[in-house]
Amino acid sequence: MVENFDAIIIFHIFGFGINATIFSTWIVMAILLILAKLATKDLSNSIDGKVSRLQIAMEAIVKGINDQIREASGTNPMIFMPMIGTFFLFIGVSNLLSIIPWFMPPTASLSTTVSYAMCVAIAMPYYGIKHVGIVRYLKKYIEPTPIMLPFNIIGDIASIFSLAVRLYGNVLSGCVIGTILLSLAPYLIPLPLQILGLLTGTIQAYIFSMLAIMYISSIGLEEENKLIR
Amino acid sequence: MDNIGLVGAASVLAAGLAIGIGGIGSGVGEGHAANAALKAIAQQPDEAGNITKTLFVCMAMIESTAIYAFVITMIILFANPFWDHVINLAGK
Repeated sequence: MVENFDAIIIFHIFGFGINATIFSTWIVMAILLILAKLATKDLSNSIDGKVSRLQIAMEAIVKGINDQIREASGTNPMIFMPMIGTFFLFIGVSNLLSIIPWFMPPTASLSTTVSYAMCVAIAMPYYGIKHVGIVRYLKKYIEPTPIMLPFNIIGDIASIFSLAVRLYGNVLSGCVIGTILLSLAPYLIPLPLQILGLLTGTIQAYIFSMLAIMYISSIGLEEENKLIR
Repeated sequence: MDNIGLVGAASVLAAGLAIGIGGIGSGVGEGHAANAALKAIAQQPDEAGNITKTLFVCMAMIESTAIYAFVITMIILFANPFWDHVINLAGK
């Protein structure tokens, strides 16, 4: 009944069972790669007046993510663009694809979302130490007083964990509600909830990337990087 | 009541209580957020787009407590470790 996509084995490669989560992850990756390849095939800068529609669409998306990162982190957005932009595009596309029947969104599996949250957990100390130094980074844990040390550590772990569970729960709840309503009143009743699922899926992608950038830049990168901006 | 029935009944009851009580706080919180946002839009309609965008983000963050309750409910209902344990014991 509950969608456990990790338990569904689609096919085997060299003895390894490829489950539905990995398979749909590959589908999303293929879609993103092909779209990016097509959009960057013949780039032009509009001086000769010919810019493909796909390029304009992609430029709008990239510009939007860029502006959001600049607003949230207050630094040069290109530092975080590869990671945060990928999070947004990947989670957004996989959530949007969840309205296709029999497509199992990879974000409805806890293993996927936890691995993304682990990426953020690694990026937090990486960017923090890289930009403000290890002493100032570790000092954030004993602020305002050293008594707060355990609570600061627990707070960091909890924020990472909540990042993963929030995305997983939202996408999974959409799937479960769809399944239950489909068995109760098929065809027409689940439609509005599916449409709502599109909205929540996009918002969750936005929230995941925004929270990731906020956690990463919470150390106070903006003071150091005023010049780059 | 034997052990299997007890664990089953307790699990179902706990699942209902978890999502029921867990939903209350999130519902009240979202109501407050929507209330404040509507008041803000009424006072300055020009900022409606900005306020709505922020409202959606806030809503999704407030909602996360209910989502945690939902995840716990799903675990209790479909991946219950105690139920598996009792079934294993009964099988022996």
